[in-house]
Amino acid sequence: MSKLDVAAIKADFPIFKRTVRNDHRLVYLDSGATSQKPFQVLDAERNFYETHNAAVHRGAHLLAEEATDAFEHARANIASFIGAQADDLVFTKNATEAINLVSYSFLNATLKSQRGAPLPKGAERFVLAEGDEILVSEMEHHANLVPWQELCEKTGATLRWIGLTEDGRLDLSDTSLFNNRTKIVAVTHQSNLLGTVNDVPAIVKLAETVGALVFLDACQSVPHMPVDVVALGVDFIAWSGHKMLGPLGIGCLWGKSEVLSAMPPFISGGSMIESVSMERTTFAAPPKRFEAGVPMAAQAVGMSAAADYLRALGMDNVAEHEHMLTEAALAGLADIPGLRVIGPENSVDRGSAVSFVLEGLHPHDVGQVMDESGIAVRVGQHCAKPACIRYGVQATTRATFYIYNDLEDVDALVAGIYSAKKFFGV
Amino acid sequence: MKLENMYQEIILDHYKRPHGKGLAEQFDAEVHHVNPTCGDEITLRVSRGADGKIVVSYDNMGCSISQASASIMFDQINNLDFESGEAAVEHLIAMLQRTVEADEDILGDGIALAGVAQYPARVKCALLAWMAWKDAAIQAGADNNESKIFTESNKEQN
Repeated sequence: MSKLDVAAIKADFPIFKRTVRNDHRLVYLDSGATSQKPFQVLDAERNFYETHNAAVHRGAHLLAEEATDAFEHARANIASFIGAQADDLVFTKNATEAINLVSYSFLNATLKSQRGAPLPKGAERFVLAEGDEILVSEMEHHANLVPWQELCEKTGATLRWIGLTEDGRLDLSDTSLFNNRTKIVAVTHQSNLLGTVNDVPAIVKLAETVGALVFLDACQSVPHMPVDVVALGVDFIAWSGHKMLGPLGIGCLWGKSEVLSAMPPFISGGSMIESVSMERTTFAAPPKRFEAGVPMAAQAVGMSAAADYLRALGMDNVAEHEHMLTEAALAGLADIPGLRVIGPENSVDRGSAVSFVLEGLHPHDVGQVMDESGIAVRVGQHCAKPACIRYGVQATTRATFYIYNDLEDVDALVAGIYSAKKFFGV
Repeated sequence: MKLENMYQEIILDHYKRPHGKGLAEQFDAEVHHVNPTCGDEITLRVSRGADGKIVVSYDNMGCSISQASASIMFDQINNLDFESGEAAVEHLIAMLQRTVEADEDILGDGIALAGVAQYPARVKCALLAWMAWKDAAIQAGADNNESKIFTESNKEQN
C-alpha cells in the first residue's frame, strides 16, 4: 500500500479547492504535461518577491546579497536532490533549453574550431565532423530529437536512432548503433508517451565502450522516482521545474564538471563572462558560463521548495505510490473492449504515463467527454510523433499520475472512458 | 450537459457518414494541412472548371469535429466559385469567434458547429478542412483568376 496520505497532500494544493466543468471535482491526470503546485512552492516564490527581491550576482546592497544567497542556496538544494554538486547545475528556462544548450555547445565548438577561435580545454569532444554520429531513440520527445536533427543538418553529422520493440521498449539488439563515430547518445529516462523506464546502465555501458557522451532527458523521471546522477553514470541530465511541483520558467541542466568545463557557451551576454574588452571576451566557469542575463531567482527558490516537498514525502514513496496507481490503471484499462495500451502493458520498469487508443474513437473526442466530467487528460501526439507512427496511431489519450492522485481518480478515468464510448456509441 | 451543444446529432451523423470523402484523380492543386497538437490531418484537392467553379475532394483522419466539418465543407462549398466559397469560410470563422449569428443559407449543417465556439481548443479542428480548401483554391490561382499553375505533367507527378 501507498505510504502517501493523498488527502493531506491534496490539502496543500490550492487548485483542488476549485471545481471544473459542471461543478465537478478536478481529476487531474495531466501531470506529465505539468504538475500542480503546493502552497509551499507558491509561498516560497511570493516570499522571495516580498522580502528579498533583487537582481542576483549584481549590486552590493543587502537585498542583492540576500537574493544571491537565496538563488545559490536553491541551486545547492536542487543539486543535492539528484545527488549532485551545486557547481554542476545550470539553470535554464526549461528542459528544452537545457537540451539546446548541449546541442549548441556542439555546434559552437564545431564552428569555432573551424575558424581556429579559442575553445575551452577538452572541447575537442564537442567538435563534430562529417560522418560523426548522434544517437537518439524513436521514443524521444521532440525536444530531445529536433535539436539533434538541427545539429546534424548544420554540421554534417548523422542522426541515428534506437528502434522500439512491439511492447514499447528500446530495442538495444543492434549494438552497432554504438560505434566509434558516436559522439553523444541522447535518450529519455522515462518516455512521456509510453511510460517506459529505460535501462540507463545498459545504455551507459554501451556508450562508454565507444567513448560517447550520454545525455539523459529526465523530465519524466526526476519528479517521479529517486534519481542519483552519480549512480546513473550519465554525463548530462536535464529536467524542468514545472513537472516536479515547481514554477514554470525554470529548468535544469546537470553535467559532469569536466564535461561542462569543456563546453563553449550557448547564450552569451552579461554574467557569463570573466573579462570583456572590445576585441574579445573570456568566459566564466560553469555554471555561470551558461547563465547569461539576470537569472530566474524566484523560480529557483520555488523549485527548491518543490524539491523539499518531494524530499519530505520520500521519492521512494512517490515512486511506489505511482506504481500502485499505474498497476490499477493498467488493470482497469485491460477490461475495456476496444482499448489498446500504447506502451508496456505491464508495470515492470514503467512509470505512470499511460497512453491508449480506443477503436472507433479519436483521442480528442475521448478527452472532450472526460473533460465534461472534470477529468483532465492529455490528447494528441504528446510531442512524440515518431513513436505514434511507430505504433501506427495518429494520436493517443494519455493519463499521468502523481502524488495527489488516488485510486478514486483511476476509477474516474475508467468510468470516463466508458462514458466516451457510450456517448459516441462505440 | 453542454457537450451536446458541440456534439449535435447532425455533427455525429456527418462524422459517421462523411460526404464526399475520397480523393479525385484529377486536380489543379493539392494541400496537406495538419493540426500538429492533436494529429488531425487532411489532404485536399481542387480543380477549377472553365466556369470558375471549384471542385473539391479530400481524404482525412482526425476527431469527430474535424471530420464532420470536412463533410459539411464538401456539402457547402464544392462547386462554388472562389468568392462564394471564401465568403462561407469567413462566415464560419466569424461564427466560431461568435461575432455573427450563424446563417444557415451560407453554412447549411455547419450552423451546428456553433457549439464548438465554447471550446476554444476545438476551433482549429472545425476550421481545418475549410482553411485547406482556401489554401488549395489560392494555390490553384482561383482567387485572382490566374491561369492554372499545375500543368498536366505536374498532375501526373502528384
